[in-house]
Order: sequence, then structure tokens, then C-alpha cells
Amino acid sequence: MIYGLGLAKGMGVTLKTLLGPSFTVQYPDRRVGIMGAAKAAGISTPGLIFKRPVKALRAVLGFERIAVMPTQAARFRGNEFTWYEDRCTGCASCAKYCPLGIIKIVTAPGGINMQEGESYAIETFDIDTGRCMFCALCVEACPYDALHMGSEFERGNYVRMDLVLTKEDLIAAPKRPSTWFRPQMEESAYSPFAETLEDMKQAGRHETPSVEQLTKRWVEDRRTDESVED
Amino acid sequence: MPLKTEPITINVGPQHPSTHGVFRMRVTFDGEEVIDVEPIFGYLHRGSEKLAESRTYTQIVTLTDRMDYVASMTNNMSFILSVEKLAGIVPPPRGVWLRMIAAELQRIASHLVATGFFLQDLGALGTPLILMMRERETILELFERLCGARITNSYMRPGGVFMDAPDDFWPALNRFLSDMPHRIDEYEDLISGNEIVAARCDGVAVVDSQTLIDASVTGPMLRASGIDWDLRHRQPYEYYNRVKFNRPLATTSDNYARYIVRIHEMRESLGIIKQCLEQIEPGPVRPETVPALIRPPAGDSYVGTECPKGELGFYLVSDGGVAPYRCKVRAPSLINLTLLREMLIGDKLADLFVTFGSIDINMGEVDR
Repeated sequence: MIYGLGLAKGMGVTLKTLLGPSFTVQYPDRRVGIMGAAKAAGISTPGLIFKRPVKALRAVLGFERIAVMPTQAARFRGNEFTWYEDRCTGCASCAKYCPLGIIKIVTAPGGINMQEGESYAIETFDIDTGRCMFCALCVEACPYDALHMGSEFERGNYVRMDLVLTKEDLIAAPKRPSTWFRPQMEESAYSPFAETLEDMKQAGRHETPSVEQLTKRWVEDRRTDESVED
Repeated sequence: MPLKTEPITINVGPQHPSTHGVFRMRVTFDGEEVIDVEPIFGYLHRGSEKLAESRTYTQIVTLTDRMDYVASMTNNMSFILSVEKLAGIVPPPRGVWLRMIAAELQRIASHLVATGFFLQDLGALGTPLILMMRERETILELFERLCGARITNSYMRPGGVFMDAPDDFWPALNRFLSDMPHRIDEYEDLISGNEIVAARCDGVAVVDSQTLIDASVTGPMLRASGIDWDLRHRQPYEYYNRVKFNRPLATTSDNYARYIVRIHEMRESLGIIKQCLEQIEPGPVRPETVPALIRPPAGDSYVGTECPKGELGFYLVSDGGVAPYRCKVRAPSLINLTLLREMLIGDKLADLFVTFGSIDINMGEVDR
């Protein structure tokens, strides 16, 4: 064994990686060249040079940046809970299931639930996301599919109290529920990054899939896997 | 005339980048040679065991994520097995296979972190660590598809897993399985034959197997001394008796042996995942009879599992209520750390952190 052969071999790996594609993900934006800037603006490269020369010059000099969204899975347990008020009966299953006890619910008699009929009116529904650990046990506990995890994650704040999601915040928030513990959304090929589900009917109801459904899905998965390998 | 030196005591940590968390060592040197080490820990103590006494069994799963935070899935599995033994819950086969796949992926991820930071401590700044983080990233993305979180997974529940894997998980897993062996070859090319690594690691921090057994050290550290002790093989839990795998061993029990055992274990884990994929069948992942609030009969249970760092076991005592009466964690990181003094005495200052990195501890698990 020649001394230094291992070092040379290791240097070969380093060089191979150096010449290979970069796997760094730039966030929140990345620099683009002139072609990338034209593609982002939706016009051809000569079109960019003639129509928007300042932008083209900036791109050549390396000052032009475009926003990047990191890839996320549909089940991502994100911030900004999605809550359908009409579905919530105020049963407080979520509050009882929460390991940290950060969900505060105050109810009064005389409310109407769109599915169950008479129920409690919800006066307060606070989630203190400043202490939340996003375990999503509250979503698992909800018997009416009223509470879902969200898909957002950029919720930085300067004031701690702003992290408490109140009932008004939850109603006003964009309804991008995560598919976590909601198999009906996974089956409908819904993507939380492409569309919002403003209406609670679009979100569907959670039903445990039958063994036949599972078998069918599994067989189809295997078929696609084999075709991928071929 | 020999140079006269006198002992000097240095505090390493608790805020030190190479101590892998908040860990403090009071080291006494004679010149460059270590003559005494006193490990001081407890800075990250969060009282997980006590907190568990006021939480239901499902809620404790979230606590186990935060013990060894680079191996959450295996922590979940260890706790869940203990609860299932206590409450007499039998998980359906598909749930068990999914748990095994998740646990073996987590073992690879944890070994990647261990090896990467071990080499970082050795002075290989950048290349090996970044290459290993790249593959760990793939595993974390798989976990995100599986359970929506990358580190604090909370994937498993008493009786199985919370939900079946999504459809896009399986092609991604297959891509990872076909890609990963080449990556491990790359690491071997980069590190295993490297003369500098050999010069720095061969024969450093040797501990004999009897000392390791006396200190009840487990995991790759024990297997690096040639003792064939793997709980997946010795006391099979889950379906580990239905898969075939080798137990990689080394005999020299030095830093290099601890590194090479981990590299070989990654290959074995890949083999286990492939066998799981061959044997997994469709079906439910969680029995419908398990209630939301589990009330196990009064009694106690202990299940030891082979986690990336060694034997992790949860000892649970139930008084028939919804929360355990007592929860005791046998944490491999803490027990493996007890030999630090014996390993370091007589070594040089430069080998201090290398040896520390080769034990592969996680302060979240040491202090709990």
C-alpha cells in the first residue's frame, strides 16, 4: 500500500463533488443571471434587454434576486392553524388533548353547528403558538374535522402577544390546511401550496380507509415503483 | 534536561462548540497530556421523566422526541413498545413494519450525524460533514412526507403509527435506497483509507471490552470492541426476527473502530429497510380498539431497544390511571459517557474532542 493513496482517493471525491451540482437551497431569495431574470419576468432574454435594460444590467451585475420557496411536504405541520368555525361545536377535545394546555376555549349555549345542529357558541378560541410545539395532537383529537394544521412557517414577530392566535385571527387566516391526519385531502390530490380551501365542504370529512381501499392503493404504488426502477 | 511542566486545569464548556451541547469538562493537563477529566452535566435538564407523570401516554410521545433529538423515531419506538407491553396492545403488522422502516432510516440519519461531527472534531472541517448532512437532509425530507415534521416527529402512537405513509413516500424511499449505497462508498473513499484519519484515530482511546461491560456500555461503542451485542438480534422486538442482518464488529476498540462500525451499520440498516419493503402488506396501521385515553392495568414494564447510540429503555410504572405513576429512562448517552475519564487519561489535548465525538452522545438525552 502506497502511503498517500487514501489521501488521493479522498481528494478525488472532493473534486467530484466540487464539479457536481450544488445542493444548497438558497432562501428566501437567490441570485439570478440574465436568463433567469427573463424567465422569472415571463419574457425572452432579448425582450428583457430591450424593454427593461436596467433590470437586465442588474441581472448581469448579479444584483437581481428572485424569491425561493423551499419544498415542503403536504403533511407539513405548520403554523397558522386552519379552523372552520361552522364546524366547531366547542367540545374542547383539542384543549384536553393538548400536552401543553395552550388552547383556551370559552363557550356559551345557543350556537349552531352546520353538521351536528344545536351546539355551543364559541366566544373565545385562543391558541398560544408561542408555546406550541406543533405536535398536532389537537388536530388528531378533533372529532368534527374543524381544526387542521396550517402550512405557513414564516410567522416571526417582535411582540410575544402577537403569537397568540385569537378567534378573529383564525377566521381571517388563509385556509391552507395541511393534509396531516386528513386522508380525505390526500386522496383528493389537494396541495396546500397551490390552493386554499375556504369552504369547509371542500375540506371533506375524515374517514378511516377500508382495507380494500388500502390494498388497491398499495398495489398501484408497487406498480408505479417498478416502472420507476425500469 | 527535561522540560519541567506542572498540571494545569482547564474548563471546557459548557458553551463550547465541540461539546455537542451544553456539557462541561474540567480537564487537568500535564503539558499536553490529559491526567484527569471530570465531566459535569445537567445543564440541559428539563425534567422529562417528571413531566411524563402528569401527561397521558399519547402526550408523552412528544416528550420522547426531545430527549435524543437526532434520533426521535427510535425514541418514539422505544417508548411505544413499553406502553404496548404495559397495556397489552397488539399493533397490526403494517404499523410495525412502518415503525421499523422509520427507525432504521433514523438510525442512518443518527449515524451520519455522529460520523460527520466526529470528523469535524478531528479537523476535517467541511467536506465530510456537509456530505453527510446532504444525505441526512434526504432522510429528513422523507420524514416530512411521512409525518409532517423533520426532527420532532411524534410519528408513533400506542398500537402502531398515527397514519399510513402517503403515496409519494414510497417512490422517494426507493430513490433513497438506490442512491445511498453509492454515498456510503463515497464516504469510505473519502475517509476510511485516509492516512491522516488513520494516524489520528488508530490506537487512540482504547478501552478493553471488560471495562465496557462493567460500565454497561451498549451500542456501536461496545460492538467496536468485538462483543456481539445487538438487542435487535439478542432480544428481538417488533419484527426484527423476520429480517436478516449482520452485526458489524471491530476488534480494536479505538476511535477508528467506533467510526467504521457506524459506517457498516448504515449498510445493514439499508438492507433491513429493503427487507421490510418486501414483507410489508396492506392493512390498517393502528387498531381501532385503542382508546384515546389509555388506562393500562397496574403494573410495570421495561422494553430495551437498540437505538443508534445504544440500549434505550423506558421503565414505566402504572397505577391504573391515564398517566404513568413513574417513568424512568435508561439513556444510552448518559451511560456511555461514564467511561469518558478512563478513555481520555493519557491521551493528548488534540484527541480530547475526537474521543468525545466518537462516543456519540446527545446532551438532550444525557440530561433529559
